Amino acid sequence: MSTAYEPVIGLEVHVQIKTASKMFCGCKNEYGGTPNSHTCPVCLGMPGVLPVPNEEAIRRTIQTGLMLGCDIAQICKFDRKSYFYPDMPKNYQISQYDQPLCNGGGVMLGKFAFPKETQKDDIASSKKVVRLTRIHLEEDVAKSTHFETSSGIDFNRAGTPLMEIVSEADIASPEEAFAYLKTLQQIVQQGGISDADMEKGQLRCDCNVSVRPVGTQKFGTKVEIKNLNSISGVRRALAYEIQRQSRVLSEGGSIRQETRGWDDPAGETFILRTKEDAHDYRYFPDPDLMPMRTDSGLLSEAQARLPELPHQREVRYMNDYGLGDYDANVLSSDLALAAFFEECVQSGAPGKACANLIANELMASVSSDASKLAESPVKAAHIAELAKLLEAQKINSKQGKEVFAEMLVSGKMPAAIVEEKGMSQISDTSALEAIAQQVIDANPGPVADYRSGKVAALNSLKGQAMKLSKGKANPQLIGETLERLLKAP
Amino acid sequence: MNVEYVAKLARIDLSAQEIETYQNQLGSVLEHMDAIASLNLDGIEPTAHASPVFNVLRKDEIKPSLPVEDALSNAPKKANDLILMPKIVE
Repeated sequence: MSTAYEPVIGLEVHVQIKTASKMFCGCKNEYGGTPNSHTCPVCLGMPGVLPVPNEEAIRRTIQTGLMLGCDIAQICKFDRKSYFYPDMPKNYQISQYDQPLCNGGGVMLGKFAFPKETQKDDIASSKKVVRLTRIHLEEDVAKSTHFETSSGIDFNRAGTPLMEIVSEADIASPEEAFAYLKTLQQIVQQGGISDADMEKGQLRCDCNVSVRPVGTQKFGTKVEIKNLNSISGVRRALAYEIQRQSRVLSEGGSIRQETRGWDDPAGETFILRTKEDAHDYRYFPDPDLMPMRTDSGLLSEAQARLPELPHQREVRYMNDYGLGDYDANVLSSDLALAAFFEECVQSGAPGKACANLIANELMASVSSDASKLAESPVKAAHIAELAKLLEAQKINSKQGKEVFAEMLVSGKMPAAIVEEKGMSQISDTSALEAIAQQVIDANPGPVADYRSGKVAALNSLKGQAMKLSKGKANPQLIGETLERLLKAP
Repeated sequence: MNVEYVAKLARIDLSAQEIETYQNQLGSVLEHMDAIASLNLDGIEPTAHASPVFNVLRKDEIKPSLPVEDALSNAPKKANDLILMPKIVE
């Protein structure tokens, strides 16, 4: 029997911090822009310049640490990481080596962070926590573009604040890696730390992955995969790499410690460099930068701006509004969507009905893209009013869908649409009794059937009543009314 | 400490003669470190900086950057506002 292998995965995630200016100089921190238009002697690495740290980048890194349950260092410092590459002209990157700003912490993997088709798996409901090793603050490097015979360098990104979030090797599958990144992305986005758009390189991920025979404890030789630019790409790259390593081992081969790249179109990893070319970074404390103390204001300022986290909001929605876990998750996964929902319920509209309309009808109408909500003609006031009409049984759910479709086209308010289409539901007892009586009088056959014990005959009578009311009768109430009249002596 | 290795890391091309000279010089620098290592340092906190100054920070404010022409003025080759260099492949 062949040996089964299990993966051991740890991720290093780089997140660009949203600030107005760069990490160590006052140049604008902006994605895009004319190449080399946001540079100065500091971020170009000219000799003799002095970097001065951006306090806001430090605060946001601390805030991230707090959101992820890290211990915040009381005192820490910056170090120089030496290496030669054109993206860093001073030949070292300012980073943090042995004293990062944040230590420990963890990321809880929620069910809905997993890829859709795996949300029913046990692991998705296990509330697994991936432990963090550390978060440190550093400067990003310039962006290189490679041409046929030369490479072009744009220093706009050089020296912009970047944090590196390092996980323990706690991740046991590509799906967990996917959920981890989704969760992390959501937290830094909702904390206002970063836009964390992977396509723009605002969130970048390097994976360390090894495999070992199932049931053994010793780690196998790890391979690093670099240059991954989407969360689903990370999942695919890991799945490929786990298979590759397992195959090599089961064929009697051995894994080399190396760095590999991911070719997404080809769907395979390829070798970038082996351990022999490993860097010797010669870290040492940056003499230009004084140490930081977080207890003299930075920590308390970060604490003061801690937002409600997505999973906390999810629990609140379930408790306060009785939402199901799916609706609660959808609404809390995006700030704009959560704000929309809260605007709806603030007007006193029933939470559950609002959540239902938003999570299903409204999200479908914007192709599940919450950023398009602002463009939709359907505003919170529409949803709130429609939810109230449904709750009060003025219209039934089928009519509710019709009203939604109409307001999506015209932007008219639901009550006006109901009025215009003459849809309002009949829930008034005497009106319902009149309809029921008329149906009973006109259908002696089914009435006799029902009275002789054929309960199913009620359905046909109910159908007649709905038809007679032109669909306006409250379906549940008309059924009850019929039953009551039929059973009356 | 091997001078050849350090020179390679620093991308400095040294002649055999220079390697010998610097190996001796680096050796005496390291001997000085040994002198420190021989002291009794119990109870002395490791420090990265000698003076007790913390949080020399700046507010997150944008300052004017260099004009693109100036930023590129030292570049041996440029095109489309980029600094060009021999093709680099990771």
